Amino acid sequence: MAFDIKNPGLATTVQDQGRTGYYNVGIPQSGSMDQYSAELGNALVGNAATDAVLECTYLGPVLVTDADAVVAITGAPVEVKVNGEPQPQWTRLQLSAGDELSFGVIRGGTRYYIAVQGGIDVPVVLGSRSTYTLGGIGGYKGRKLEAGDLVPVGTAHGELPAALEVPESFRPSFDKAQSVRIVMGLYDHRLTDAGKENLLNGEWKVTPVADRMGLRYYGPGVGWKEREQPFGAGSDPSNIVDAGYAVGSIQIPGGTQPIILHRDAVSGGGYAMVATVISADMDLVARAAPGTATTFVAVSQDEAIVARKERAELKSKAWEALGLPG
Amino acid sequence: MTVSSPDLKEARYTWGADEFLFVEVDESMSLAANFKVMSIARKLSDAGLPGVVDICPANASLLVRFDPDVLPPSSLESTVRGIERELQNHNQQTLETRIIEVPVWYDDPFTAEVAQRFREGFHQEPDGTDLDYAAKVNGLKDAAEFIRRHHEQPWLVSMVGFVAGLPFLFQLVEREQQLQVPKYLSPRTDTPKLTVGHGGCFAAIYSVRGAGGYQMFGVAAAPIFDPAQSLADFKDFMVFFRPGDIVKFKPVTEEEYNAIQAQVEDGTYRYRQVPVTFDASKALSDPQAYNQELMEALNGI
Repeated sequence: MAFDIKNPGLATTVQDQGRTGYYNVGIPQSGSMDQYSAELGNALVGNAATDAVLECTYLGPVLVTDADAVVAITGAPVEVKVNGEPQPQWTRLQLSAGDELSFGVIRGGTRYYIAVQGGIDVPVVLGSRSTYTLGGIGGYKGRKLEAGDLVPVGTAHGELPAALEVPESFRPSFDKAQSVRIVMGLYDHRLTDAGKENLLNGEWKVTPVADRMGLRYYGPGVGWKEREQPFGAGSDPSNIVDAGYAVGSIQIPGGTQPIILHRDAVSGGGYAMVATVISADMDLVARAAPGTATTFVAVSQDEAIVARKERAELKSKAWEALGLPG
Repeated sequence: MTVSSPDLKEARYTWGADEFLFVEVDESMSLAANFKVMSIARKLSDAGLPGVVDICPANASLLVRFDPDVLPPSSLESTVRGIERELQNHNQQTLETRIIEVPVWYDDPFTAEVAQRFREGFHQEPDGTDLDYAAKVNGLKDAAEFIRRHHEQPWLVSMVGFVAGLPFLFQLVEREQQLQVPKYLSPRTDTPKLTVGHGGCFAAIYSVRGAGGYQMFGVAAAPIFDPAQSLADFKDFMVFFRPGDIVKFKPVTEEEYNAIQAQVEDGTYRYRQVPVTFDASKALSDPQAYNQELMEALNGI
């Protein structure tokens, strides 16, 4: 079976948990920006967490299914419509052949997910079905969807869970204010004390310059220590000899606007990174719409690992709440 | 001189939260630093540590992604420190690699067209070309002189990354001979595919079309990233370059460029390349003579 794409929306791509092991040649991990929402969508339709979904950005697609299908829409709050009739989010929906799925206006966040029983069945490239648009690999022909595409759906391979919907308590919130936990390090010694103070105590707002590669923030700015630059690094004090970029790391070119690198980020470059978002909070960052007020809270690496365990436990409990083995 | 010591201090270890270890071998770029990075990366890869997700050697630093659920940060750090100490004692100086000839159409119309669109507010000297500017800041007579200096000595692939398969290249000459050019004042939103660029002391070949901040000097004639893996050079992997590869640029005319394009089209193009053992101590002690030796290997095929 397949989804017939009548209107692709703004930027709809196939994503899964992403590909690792190729960052050393500049191929980013890709994958769903909000992994938690995407995986819960898969859980609702009886898929494995590793199955591929459609990631929709702001304006979702209009699609028609050519066969009966079981779907669930998770992620950012949005009006879901089947043949024009409103339907609940975070709930399993039954589509009949010829039904049209469409969306209204997004009411927070940036991305929502269409999970379908059987998963989106595009070829696996370097271990993943995720789209890496810049490199033109993975997903549907290596690009975002276009009108007229027939997106293949796989056959059901798991049991549907007992529950029909994700309980409220396990649905993430899409607030206009966030507190994001970071571990200081990498090149933070190159910031002035006042610069560090601003990073951690200032209020930062997500600018409209935010996509799968990274999110740019506006705020009080930071200062870089003046110094004689090392050979090969470039003249600005925020420059370094080009190095690998940690996913989630924060760079502040020129000291004005911090950028959090996300799942499609370039794998390296010449801007100093000063901290890294903990892995447990990367989904939270992915949910930040432009204008979201953000404070960065420094935690230790040990605390980051505790938060990582807590996130894994939350996922287990969400699965159990659906009647699935955690 | 030796490569790993005594010129290089102990590396600086720091963390990218719970999944990344960052090892800064040196703040400055040098062949010795790059060689040490590559050696650590290779030995860490050979160690086959469970929980290591990705080993990304860069110009003068190393980024390691790991799964802390499998590999505690302290274990990873102690392993890498152990490797670093071992290198300090053994001073391994050779690298089994290959030298590759990369045909380049310098001063081409594709990069010229894009450069035209990004002058005022982007470029240091909006009235001139990137090549003229590069010649001037390097104190050379003209663009032709700069182009000659660009391709007469080989380069080392010191890092692969940024976007899929993009090589950063470091010229194998004394520091005072290095070509250095500032990046654009503000990055462009467009760079032609296969642009041969330059920023700071690094050359780059843009594997795909997209944003870029390096000065643009020409276009490489054949692909370096081939997702369809249609050419023989990409049979094993869609990315051509590996850290440690040695590149000799070869200037080609428009006619030669078109001939290569035709070979790429019909799937017959092969890069001229030959295996070599790169000896960093020789490269550091007498670069010119050693480069001749390397290039003779290439000319021998």
